Amino acid sequence: MSVIVFAENSEGLFKKSTLEAVFYAHELGKLVQQNCIAISIGQVDEVQLKMLATYGADQIISFNQTETNTFNAELYAALFANTAKNSNAKHIVFANTYTGKLIAPRVAGILNAAMASGVISLPNLDNGFVVKRTVFSGKAIADVELNAQVKLISIAPNTFTIFEVNKSASIEKLESTIGTEIAKTKSIELSKQVGKIALTEAELVVSAGRGMKGPEHWGMIEELADLLGAATACSKPVSDMHWRPHSEHVGQTGITIKPNLYIAIGISGAIQHLAGVSSSKVIVAINKDPEAPFFKAADYGIVGDAFEVLPQLIEAAKSIQS
Amino acid sequence: MKILVCISNVPDTTTKVAFIENETKFNTSGVQYIINPYDELALTKALEITEKSGGSVTVIHVGTAESEASIRKALAIGATEAVRINAAANDASYVAEQIAHYAASQNFDLIFTGRESIDYNGGMVCGLLAAKLNLPSVQVITSIEIEGTTAIMDRDIDGGKEKISCSLPLVVSAQKELTEPRIPNMRGIMAARTKPLQVLEPTAADQLSTVRSYQLPPAKGACKMIDASNAKDLIRLLHEEAKVI
Repeated sequence: MSVIVFAENSEGLFKKSTLEAVFYAHELGKLVQQNCIAISIGQVDEVQLKMLATYGADQIISFNQTETNTFNAELYAALFANTAKNSNAKHIVFANTYTGKLIAPRVAGILNAAMASGVISLPNLDNGFVVKRTVFSGKAIADVELNAQVKLISIAPNTFTIFEVNKSASIEKLESTIGTEIAKTKSIELSKQVGKIALTEAELVVSAGRGMKGPEHWGMIEELADLLGAATACSKPVSDMHWRPHSEHVGQTGITIKPNLYIAIGISGAIQHLAGVSSSKVIVAINKDPEAPFFKAADYGIVGDAFEVLPQLIEAAKSIQS
Repeated sequence: MKILVCISNVPDTTTKVAFIENETKFNTSGVQYIINPYDELALTKALEITEKSGGSVTVIHVGTAESEASIRKALAIGATEAVRINAAANDASYVAEQIAHYAASQNFDLIFTGRESIDYNGGMVCGLLAAKLNLPSVQVITSIEIEGTTAIMDRDIDGGKEKISCSLPLVVSAQKELTEPRIPNMRGIMAARTKPLQVLEPTAADQLSTVRSYQLPPAKGACKMIDASNAKDLIRLLHEEAKVI
């Protein structure tokens, strides 16, 4: 028996979230005394595959053939579930990315697995199999017991610190036994923002709210974000007024993020907004209202007008860069 | 076009979360419940589709009689009929099994869920339901157009969007951008009172997960204030003290 982890690739490369999932599977393997098998589906070269061993895989299974090289949720879920079944796996690990969100529940359905998503801890095995996950969009944490024989854990990205463990894993190349007729959805077009850091993956985020007074003032936000290597985000009113795209809206009804640094400029800190960002490691609030609720949730605060503070921050960020 | 929309009943977004009975239960006292916002968008989109090309929209909810106000609101917004499976919804797999059991005999062309509920945030029912019904699913969609028996959708991916097509039947989950919510009008509210609301007893299904207890996130320490005239110092502190840049 082994812990099986899905090693998601993005255009042939493993992202940090994948390495986090592999490292988690390795740590989980130590707890349940099983080895860790990473499964990669798609066109990934050996150098990349070996990186999975660096972060904890004891064995690497790679499906790399024409039929499986284009991502398809039905096909990938069936192939992964089948491989897990063949290895009699009782513990399955995913990263809770958009791809993970698409495939993992399907895999859980096929295997009748008990699943927890957005998991933020290794399991406590003292009395059952209990993991922690965020609930109420970040307002609370729940201890959830998984009761089925097969358990699927989808871990929250940017939560677990990873280390190199440098195993010497074998790479096994297998061919898919799943017929491609299972693939019902068809990808027509991919559009990725070029030269911008994806908000869901960003370690640093610069976010702004109504305090910016209008979309024409976002240049300063983008300049600061660029200098810091950060993604940009916004509050709900800002996306509702179409100052910024919906995809930038963070909060309870937008996306929940947990970057290392979240800078909130001209956002008061309504409970719904805080829910989506409160797990960030360091929070900075900049607001001209000293009573703004954001200051209660922040590590650093500046009471001041965004238009006076931002130019100073941009200048300081430039000098730190050089 | 026969559409099913799965709705859940969740605490209003302004709710301050608290727990009772030794931190094992969510304190519902004084909490206002609403239709899960993503489910409401799903419902609105379903109505837009049937208004254009005909058909019916059924809403299904797994929950106790306490959720009836949300179900009536869904009918007031415009759903044709409603079904409530009379069981507490405590586990995604259990809920998906109930919905799958109902949907299996109904030949829906399209099934909507929300991206996730804003209380338990599992985001699992869409995929579980699709797997149980052996249908394809597309999660987190921001647009959907029906052309004949094919759906063309945009879904969110990390750092962008993917345009995707799939022939019906299909299960999808709604993301924020999909449409704008609708406020029910007086006529809708009146009509909702007499629209059919069927209550069905649950089918036997396992509950695969149980919440043992809850905690509030650890409280933040004091906020270190920096004078606005010396805002530059923030960058230095983030670099040298917090070490995040």
